[in-house]
Amino acid sequence: MFRDIGQMVILAWRTLCALPLSFRHLRKVIDQFYEIGNASLLMACILSLFIGGVLALQTGPIMVERGLSAVVGSVVGLSLCKELAPVMMAVLIAGRIGSAMAAEIGSMAVYQEIDALRTMNIDPIHYLVLPRVIAVSIALPCLVVFSILVGWVGGGIVSSANADIAVPWQAYFSSLSRVVDNWAVLNGLTKSFVFALVIGIVSCHQGLNTIGGPRGIGRSVTKAVVNSIVLILIVDYFLTRLLLQLDF
Amino acid sequence: MSQAPTKNGRPCVEVKDLRKSFGGCEVLKGINMEVDSGEIFVIMGPSGSGKSVLLRHLVGLLASDSGTVSIEGNVIDSPEILSKYRVAMVFQSGALLGSLSVAENVGLYLREHRLKKPAEIDAIVKEKLAIVGLEGAEDRMPTELSGGMKKRVSIARALVMEPQIILYDEPTSELDPLISVTIGEEIVKLREQTGATSIVVTHDRDLGFGIADRMAILRHGELVALGTPDEVRSSPREEVQTFLNATFQRQSITETQ
Ligand SMILES: Nc1ncnc2c1ncn2[C@@H]1O[C@H](COP(=O)(O)OP(=O)(O)OP(=O)(O)O)[C@@H](O)[C@H]1O
Ligand SMILES: [Mg+2]
Repeated sequence: MFRDIGQMVILAWRTLCALPLSFRHLRKVIDQFYEIGNASLLMACILSLFIGGVLALQTGPIMVERGLSAVVGSVVGLSLCKELAPVMMAVLIAGRIGSAMAAEIGSMAVYQEIDALRTMNIDPIHYLVLPRVIAVSIALPCLVVFSILVGWVGGGIVSSANADIAVPWQAYFSSLSRVVDNWAVLNGLTKSFVFALVIGIVSCHQGLNTIGGPRGIGRSVTKAVVNSIVLILIVDYFLTRLLLQLDF
Repeated sequence: MSQAPTKNGRPCVEVKDLRKSFGGCEVLKGINMEVDSGEIFVIMGPSGSGKSVLLRHLVGLLASDSGTVSIEGNVIDSPEILSKYRVAMVFQSGALLGSLSVAENVGLYLREHRLKKPAEIDAIVKEKLAIVGLEGAEDRMPTELSGGMKKRVSIARALVMEPQIILYDEPTSELDPLISVTIGEEIVKLREQTGATSIVVTHDRDLGFGIADRMAILRHGELVALGTPDEVRSSPREEVQTFLNATFQRQSITETQ
């Protein structure tokens, strides 16, 4: 495990070093970006709508009971923005995109395509890893903004429609806008950017280190998704502490 | 960009006491050989004797346990040194990038290194595909090709690099006899045109003896013969003779039953 972590740090470093070359690979970045959006927008929409809804459903009645109907919007809005949207979207992308990255790069490793790249002096990190990491680290924050907005709407719908909560639409959003400022959104975006790097590096690392036949590819995909999600949750805790400390 | 063979007396590729084991099983047991500039050097040997493993050491895809590979006197021990030379490899399986079309595969080297303008790349791709007899296949995907066609695209992809050293791993193993002859002729023609040093791994005896300047026979990770085709043919060693003279004798099988 420690060797894996070491290798991932090296991979991250080498990707970082290759960053100045990214304009050369713009086409591939755009292709990847498009693919990520294509594969996940609908899912993100449904997921966020229901997460916002269930959050309102869980917290709303208790707060209203204690006369706190004025903060329902704040609670739902803030938790979505700072925590739920970044983490849920990261998990979604780890499942949909991280797995695809590991599978694609893994099958290239198994079928000697990466060896072929090497003999052509094409660095697989520049050719394969860099565009994917850049694309996912732009796409995930975008997706999180989208998810926050949809989640707010979901919370609003449930708050106004549920008889036990019955906080009108307008009251919900004015309560929300009192607490949620740009910093809160930025907080969520910072997190999602870090999560994106985790997904990109973990998945590409698993892909590049695939050995064996189809079973090896399967193993890489599973490990990419599981490791990404575990790492995201661990990183999330420490990042939250750090951001709280910085008074974000 | 044709390269005249460097006539400085040094061998172009030199392999010294190369050893490699995979998990306790020794695949290469001390290989020594020298390949001169512009030479066509054929390595033959039965399946599993370590031919592909040997080639992978020459392009730096595998690191040896001990011993060295040097190109023009420089020991290849890092990708940086290797990247100074244009060494192309035609993989046994073709190893085309599955998500790119034939033309993109062939033009990949030029495109990624920004060596030519897109229009020029298209022209070069066309020209190289014509050499391997695949005109008009530009837009097909590797999955739509037969094994032999993949191999030929892979050869075209290697030619695009204008390599100084070109390694062929079983260039004709999936080809019909006619195309095999064409590919054999192409290997020779290419050497004449560019002076590229060619190392050809094959178990096709006709091809091997047809094109070789010198050849070696690899068996169980050891070179059992090395020299000109005539020298190898007249080698007294029994394993060499068995390999060279194996024929399918239907008569004796049917008679013993
Ligand atoms: N990555 C590897 N891990 C473990 N063993 C390997 C590996 N690569 C090759 N070998 C072993 O090394 C031996 C030689 O393999 P190699 O592919 O060089 O044979 P070959 O001479 O090219 O045979 P063929 O003519 O069938 O291609 C085989 O016994 C093979 O099992
Ligand atoms: Mg082989």
